[in-house]
Amino acid sequence: MTAAPVPARLRAPGFAARLRSEARVVGELGRRSVRQAFRRPQFLAPIIIFPTLFLAVNTGGAGRAVDLPQFPEVHGFLDFQLAGAMLQSTMLAGVSAAIALALDIEIGFIDRLFAAPIARASFVLGRLAATAVMGAISALWFLSVGLVFGAHIEGGVAGALVVIALVVLNATAFGTLGAALALKAKSASTAQGIFPLVFVILFLSSAFFPENLLLEPARTIAEWNPLSLIADGLRDPIISDLSLRPTLEALGGIAIVAGIGTALSVWGLRSRIQNA
Amino acid sequence: MSAMTGIAYDARTTWSLMRRGINEIARVPGAAIPGVLAPSIFMCGLTAVFGNLTNLPGFTTDEYINFILPVGFLQGAAFTGAATGVNLARDIELGWFDRLLASPAPRGVLLAGTVLSASLRVLMPVTLLMMVGLALGVSFPGVDGLLLALFLAACFAAVAACYGVIIAMRFKTQAAAPLMQAGVFMAVLFTTSYAPQALLTGWLHDVAKYNPVTQILEAVRQGFVGDVTWADTWPGLLALAGLAAVFVSLALRSLRRSGQ
Repeated sequence: MTAAPVPARLRAPGFAARLRSEARVVGELGRRSVRQAFRRPQFLAPIIIFPTLFLAVNTGGAGRAVDLPQFPEVHGFLDFQLAGAMLQSTMLAGVSAAIALALDIEIGFIDRLFAAPIARASFVLGRLAATAVMGAISALWFLSVGLVFGAHIEGGVAGALVVIALVVLNATAFGTLGAALALKAKSASTAQGIFPLVFVILFLSSAFFPENLLLEPARTIAEWNPLSLIADGLRDPIISDLSLRPTLEALGGIAIVAGIGTALSVWGLRSRIQNA
Repeated sequence: MSAMTGIAYDARTTWSLMRRGINEIARVPGAAIPGVLAPSIFMCGLTAVFGNLTNLPGFTTDEYINFILPVGFLQGAAFTGAATGVNLARDIELGWFDRLLASPAPRGVLLAGTVLSASLRVLMPVTLLMMVGLALGVSFPGVDGLLLALFLAACFAAVAACYGVIIAMRFKTQAAAPLMQAGVFMAVLFTTSYAPQALLTGWLHDVAKYNPVTQILEAVRQGFVGDVTWADTWPGLLALAGLAAVFVSLALRSLRRSGQ
């Protein structure tokens, strides 16, 4: 006697079908996160408004820095500052993602997702997808602002595309750190407390000024700060022709951040599942 | 009730509201962090980053930290004022402020209690800044310079708090916090915050020239980069009086409208 065939609807879905289903979940959760960012000004302000204001002040206030003898050859100080603004924006996008995820944990949304038949990592991946989108928006915004106010992108269209790609990857990398922070902190106000730290790390890198012109001990710290690699890699296509080395170094810096963020996220997710 | 008793009641109500505002530091420490910590971080960070600007011809001091510390005073005052607005927005959301509006306390007393708490709270970031600054080698501005700087920072915190009150009464939600913070952020930094007027470039050169906060900043700064003089003091006091007149009137108007 042969067993009756199992109806198609009761069969376990294949790998490809499961992947498609998870991709849909990640896409939906990502869309929800992007909509959330646009609905709540407190999520969008740190990514767009504050870095833009800071860019404006830095450019007008310290613009004469290009007259310093050791300052690198640039078309204008705005060109030099654009990379710092984008870096600041993507780091703050990571913190905003952390706050949003912590709020989801606080209101029980994540616990409901745990009970749903979806992969545990999907809600983190959804949030990361949204952070990547915010990174793309940030890159386009700052490149547009730069061009409108007279900056040159020496690397041309290819250079601009490299900058956008690096900003998106960087936002995703800082998104992993944000996810780890939210999973461990579990409270939005604790996640919010990380904002000042973002500025500390930025000031101790070459994000806003050439490394050789920073005062000690910031100069020495900036030499070892992976953020300096990312800042210099983002800046290179804007202030000079596109070259491989700074781009690869930026990718290396992003990989360091993403590696640390992913390891901490996995750790945070595991302890969250155990406590759920 | 005699006029004297009325004044005593108003003073007690104002003091109670001020104490409540100060208690917010312990109740909602997250809201106080930007006002307390951020100015110190900015002072140290900006000194490390832009410290070499003093090598430009025409810069008015050899040590950038002397130039930037007064910006931290006003930044601390501004963020403290904005935090007052955020706290008021939370009180509105929770319905607590409606109960205050229904009380017999005059609107002016409600405003005074709210904004004067910011003037007291600003002592926290300013003290921390001064301690960090002195540890990093800031020139002591003299007793007169320090007292003047404290007085101007406390008054500026009250003006920033009035701005926070106006925004809170208009939007009635904490979601308006970025508007409060961005407003005061611009007011303080769109001045001679990074460099003397002659060294500013582009649009900031013109904006700083007409921004009244520039005069207040220069008055706070004078003791740190030179001697305290009446010539550098009165424009700051005048600018502060003008800003106070405008923002107190607008804040009172928004409170009175809300009551109606």
